[in-house]
Amino acid sequence: MIQMNNVVKKYPNGVVAANGISVDIKKGEFVYVVGPSGAGKSTFIKLMYREEKPTSGDVVIAGMNLSSLKNRQVPHLRRQLGVVFQDFKLLPRLNVYENIAFALEVIEENPKEIRKRVMEVLDLVGLKHKVRMFPNELSGGEQQRVSIARSIVNMPKVVIADEPTGNLDPETSWEIMNIFEEINARGTTIVMATHNREIVNTIRKRVIAIEGGLIVRDVYGGDYGYEG
Amino acid sequence: MSVMYTEVTTAMKGRTIRRHFRESIKSLGRNGWMTFASISAVTVTLLLVGVFTIIMMNLNKVADDIEKDVEIKVLIDIIADPAEAKAAEATLMEEIKNMPGVAEVVYSSKEQELDLLVDSYGEDLSLFEQSNPLNNVLYVKASEPQQTVDIAKKIEKFDNISEVKYGEEKVGKLFSFLNTSRNVGLVLILGLLFTAIFLISNTIRITIIARRDEIEIMKLVGATNSFVRIPFVIEGMWLGVLGSIVPMTVVSIVYANIFKIIEPKLNGELLQLLDVTPLLYQVNALILVMGILIGVWGSFMSVRKFLKV
Repeated sequence: MIQMNNVVKKYPNGVVAANGISVDIKKGEFVYVVGPSGAGKSTFIKLMYREEKPTSGDVVIAGMNLSSLKNRQVPHLRRQLGVVFQDFKLLPRLNVYENIAFALEVIEENPKEIRKRVMEVLDLVGLKHKVRMFPNELSGGEQQRVSIARSIVNMPKVVIADEPTGNLDPETSWEIMNIFEEINARGTTIVMATHNREIVNTIRKRVIAIEGGLIVRDVYGGDYGYEG
Repeated sequence: MSVMYTEVTTAMKGRTIRRHFRESIKSLGRNGWMTFASISAVTVTLLLVGVFTIIMMNLNKVADDIEKDVEIKVLIDIIADPAEAKAAEATLMEEIKNMPGVAEVVYSSKEQELDLLVDSYGEDLSLFEQSNPLNNVLYVKASEPQQTVDIAKKIEKFDNISEVKYGEEKVGKLFSFLNTSRNVGLVLILGLLFTAIFLISNTIRITIIARRDEIEIMKLVGATNSFVRIPFVIEGMWLGVLGSIVPMTVVSIVYANIFKIIEPKLNGELLQLLDVTPLLYQVNALILVMGILIGVWGSFMSVRKFLKV
């Protein structure tokens, strides 16, 4: 599902955020990406949804080689992915329903299908009763659930999450993790960058540790490995 | 996993087009003051374009009319012997006819000339019928009015010519006046055009910044580039269209009234204004099209610069 082959990413300011990364993530896997701040986690994540282009090396996602992907083909890649962020990135003027439907409207899905799928994902994240509320009326955990719902509403093959629990209290973080596990159980590949050692050590999955732009550890069922 | 490099190119659906229009109109209201400034700039520009176009089109018509009327009057020397005179006149006429650029030569005897004078100035002049002091005349027309001066100068060198008259000063001054005013007008309008385009692209830039988050999410979930861009271009088009309403109205009303007042006074004269139709249709169409072009161009500049999609 995701292959990286000797990927190097050098930013114009000289920072080398990926210094020869090779990795192979299979369909249906759940992968944590851990490592200290500034080690290259975010770049690793951004390379997957082509927010950043590799300086050299190949990134292949769902059969598409991102190194040779033309700009106008990027929308096609993005429709195969769901992306979740630490800061939710919800639109404040739209209510819960509209925020999720937005993801389907802009890819010109038909209205009947939009309605059906939005209600499905709202059910999955347990927010059906708050469908008409606006983001500022929701707690952080609820907002993150809306953003997860939006990321999966177009039925992506891969969900990429960049510190999805970074802004949430521990209890809420567990709820969010349950949702990710549920999504993963339905066959969606999940790649999650995180600093949350407790979660990594409890819900044991494959752990990829990145330091200085390199993968220094890649263990199935591994632990967080850094001191909190 | 199959390799799919297909681009996302779904034909735009009616509901998408409606969405783009809705978004563009919403954001006009959201950037109130910038919208107002842009529309005002377009209005001023197009008003000048309209006024200038109408003036130039009328001046061109006057120039055309005058040009058509410009002719060279060649006064032939008075020769005592009638046979000799006739021969000389025939040669002269032949020579002039064969000059390049001459369209037409008409002979008018001194008796005919006197008749013309009597017609214009009254019977008093009929006294001269006894001893006509006038010359026989050749009227020469150039096929291109601009050649009039050249032809006249060449004719002066021929034999048996007493004088060559043409509206030398009048024609020259008219042409240079037309050219100068055309150039001044164009420079003025170009300057205003750039101002209007600059203001529109700024308005669109503000729209783009205001909707940064929305655009980011659109891109993340796989909206096509044109889907992201089109509402901004439509917004620019609105600015142009809205900016052309006042100029179209003002130009139409003012010209129609001027025409109504002035035209009767010009009746029968050489100078005439262009008719209200089709002139106003043409000018209004020009204003509207230019408004749309300014708007679309202005927003394109912003979209290209600030919307890396």
